[in-house]
Amino acid sequence: MNHPNEYEAVIGLEIHVQLSTRTKMFCGCALSFGDEPNVHTCPVCLAHPGSLPTVNEQAVRYALQIALALDCEVAPRSIFHRKSYFYPDNPKGYQITQYDEPLATDGRLGDVRVHRAHLEEDAAKTIHVGSSGRIHGSAQSLVDFNRGGTPLVEIVTEPDLKSPEEAREWAQLLRTTIRQLGVSDVNMEEGSLRVDANVSIKPAGAPELGTKTELKNMNSFRFLERGIAAELERQAAVLDAGEEVLQETFHFDPRTGSLTALRSKEYADDYRYFQEPDLVPLAPTQEMLEEARAALPELPAQRRDRYASQLGLPADTAKQLAFDAELADFFERALATADGAEPRTIAIWVTGELVARLREAGDGEADPASSKVTPQALAALAGMVEAKRVTTGAARRVLATLVAEGGDPASIVEREGLAQMSDSSELDAIVAAAIEAEPGAAEKVRGGNPKAIGPIVGAVMRETKGRADGGEVTRLIREKLGV
Amino acid sequence: MTELLELTAGQALERIRAGELSSDEYFDAYAEAVVSDELGAYLWRAEPGSANGAEGGPLSGAPIAVKDLFCTEGIQTTAGSRILEGYRPPYTATAVRRLAKAGARVLGKTNMDEFAMGSSNENSGYGPVRNPWDPGRVPGGSSGGSAAAVAGRLAPWAIGTDTGGSIRQPASLCGVVGMKPTYGAISRYGMVAFASSLDQCGPLTRDVTDAAILLRAMEGRDPCDSTSVGIDGGVELPSRTDLKGLRFGVPRELSADAEGIEAGVTEVFGRMLGLIGDLGGEVDECELPHSRHGISAYYVLAPAEASANLARYDGVRYGLRAGPSGEVEGGLGDGVAPAETALVSMYERTRALGFGPEVKRRIMLGTYALSSGYYEAYYGRAQRVRTKIAEDFATAFERFDYLVTPTSPTVAFKLGARAENPLAMYMSDYCTVPMPLAGLPAISIPAGLTAPDGGGPQLPVGLQIASPAFMESGLLDVAYALEGAIGFDAKPRGDM
Repeated sequence: MNHPNEYEAVIGLEIHVQLSTRTKMFCGCALSFGDEPNVHTCPVCLAHPGSLPTVNEQAVRYALQIALALDCEVAPRSIFHRKSYFYPDNPKGYQITQYDEPLATDGRLGDVRVHRAHLEEDAAKTIHVGSSGRIHGSAQSLVDFNRGGTPLVEIVTEPDLKSPEEAREWAQLLRTTIRQLGVSDVNMEEGSLRVDANVSIKPAGAPELGTKTELKNMNSFRFLERGIAAELERQAAVLDAGEEVLQETFHFDPRTGSLTALRSKEYADDYRYFQEPDLVPLAPTQEMLEEARAALPELPAQRRDRYASQLGLPADTAKQLAFDAELADFFERALATADGAEPRTIAIWVTGELVARLREAGDGEADPASSKVTPQALAALAGMVEAKRVTTGAARRVLATLVAEGGDPASIVEREGLAQMSDSSELDAIVAAAIEAEPGAAEKVRGGNPKAIGPIVGAVMRETKGRADGGEVTRLIREKLGV
Repeated sequence: MTELLELTAGQALERIRAGELSSDEYFDAYAEAVVSDELGAYLWRAEPGSANGAEGGPLSGAPIAVKDLFCTEGIQTTAGSRILEGYRPPYTATAVRRLAKAGARVLGKTNMDEFAMGSSNENSGYGPVRNPWDPGRVPGGSSGGSAAAVAGRLAPWAIGTDTGGSIRQPASLCGVVGMKPTYGAISRYGMVAFASSLDQCGPLTRDVTDAAILLRAMEGRDPCDSTSVGIDGGVELPSRTDLKGLRFGVPRELSADAEGIEAGVTEVFGRMLGLIGDLGGEVDECELPHSRHGISAYYVLAPAEASANLARYDGVRYGLRAGPSGEVEGGLGDGVAPAETALVSMYERTRALGFGPEVKRRIMLGTYALSSGYYEAYYGRAQRVRTKIAEDFATAFERFDYLVTPTSPTVAFKLGARAENPLAMYMSDYCTVPMPLAGLPAISIPAGLTAPDGGGPQLPVGLQIASPAFMESGLLDVAYALEGAIGFDAKPRGDM
């Protein structure tokens, strides 16, 4: 849709990361996913009278790692607050979170500033039986307290993102970063990574920010991008019509890709924050900070630099790999098994052909870990290309087979007869035949038009089924035509 | 038998250790006495002959009354509220566990103002408690059941909780010893929360030595309560007999100038100041200028915390749940259609039926004080007053070792006298509220008897002594010296 006016998008993200500690944030119950409901509960996480929270030190250590990885300033003393609201997923009637004195502030990841990061507890899970899965129209609601009290780190960015694509890319970078820390599963489908977006638009060049809306429930990177795009489109239409954007919260429906405004009651926001009197201020010791700093693994930016400087990868390829944890993992494993193939060749095959084939096969998502192509197979294929045992074209066909069926590239090459032609007399005959078959083209090439060689090359390739090397074929044709 | 009930717990423990008394005999003497609890002091009582468990330890199987605010596994714990009727906790409070570990056995759960909100015990969801000195009068509150049981020979000793005076004021009105330790001395784990930054567990006993014995058994850091630290160096049993070299400050605002202070109370308190001098202590006036605003700050802060602490009583997981047409159902699983309107109305009806009027009033007050737009004017300001009060104490303790005040401006008042006037009721804690706001320990000991203003029976008056934080051993020593000099040996009327 085209708009008569030009707008700029202003996007900030609010991310919740479930920490993969052994126990919950404020009690000793085990964390679990998919267990029988309400088995991981105790007086504290069920909010029995008289029970008190105690801070999970491992969660603090994990949160410190995230804070440091995001280049945040860690507060020497931060405060827990109570955030009050009534809902069955909130057994105390308040959530313990951090408010005006959070654990970490003023960080940066990539090009985006991080406003703050703080620790809090997750809500329990309400299951609305019947109808839409939401409370309206449901026949019965059940609560599973297993999830209640899971440690969360909430990360809030500054509104530095300018497009849905940027938002998606940055969220993926954040996921890669946290995944490398090993402090969370960061799985959007399972909810261990949840990304909400604050979205507004303003006329291009205008200094003041527009009214923002909040988008929730975008449980994949694709939905994040789609949800933001849909909201930007909606806001533009509202402004085009001369109306005002209202401050609202929208729920993204992945089935329809549409946004539904939540009723105001569901987000009435007087949370009556006050300092949690049951907990003392959180003051990480020097030892904890040093330990968190020492535990930081190679982060995406460092990895990108290493790929470029030590492995000689092109800048774009280095970044594409380093900022995507799955891809980088795959690449590193392929590299480890590579028998002579250059890192550069493997990298280009991973980021180029492999990603493209996986996206085709996986509805836009490219997770090599869940594909049938093993890192060894890809490394072997790259090695065969490099050794000129298969042509690039043939290798593409081998890769297609690997994506579809898995297996070993050498056997596929043998089975499908894709080995590069090494017998030059056979190729000589095919080239000669092709020149004969395309006399017009041959004449033009002889007459000084090198681009006219195409049809002859095409004929050779058809005849050799891609087994001939393109460069070698061109060379032979030109030789025979005497140019 | 009657003679047995007159012993302090410490005296009985000596007899048990000397083999002159069996712990079961001691327990059963009380278990039988509480069968006819005409004071309404108990909400649950152990059966005679039911004593089992540890008999060793420093408390040698002694019976103890426990305020119904403490969770006791498998034993109904109501906090004096209908909303927790029939609630059996899955765990036991740390303070009670420590007592049990030291050998004590729970004799019963005592009546109290609902969620510890009140100064007369008239706010209990299970009926009032009567003062053993005059059954027409209140025992004070909120630990009214514990104070009445100890005074009325229905328990050798008891534990209660103090948020703004809930141990010291009923101790004063019932003529027993009541102590609020420093915030953090005893774990709050398992103590149903009223105002978490103020609540503290403490003993109600016949004498100062018993208070020291219980405090010693209960204090200590608890990993389940982050705010608990225990008392550094533990608790010494008191032995002091003079007050030589000690300086006692008398905060004018909490004594002579205290609002509504009765003539008889002022007179008894004056006698106490003379006695301190007789024992060699120095007495001088001092000021706690911001303590005048203690009640105002307290009635913002405590309700604010309570409004969040009491949000968990929503009918979802335990306790009372109101059914769809307003009837009351117990427990989970009944067919409430949980569409959002049904959910909200379940919350509303459950809380409307389960909470009493004073609890509702404080939830409203606290919710209002924390609301956006009002937070600074109320909660923020009250916090600053709290800080000022703590600073006043710090200044006073530069000049004085202890501060003394009357515990309550009045003796026990008649049932119903302040029930319709919340502000008059709130003023009952005028002298006791500043200490918890500053986190400080204070003890009330019986100082003598006097008649209320306008005439009436002779009723107990309490003397309150406060000390700097974690100076409990010194505080107990001073109280012990004064106790010996006072020689309070009056007993409640015997015709109960």
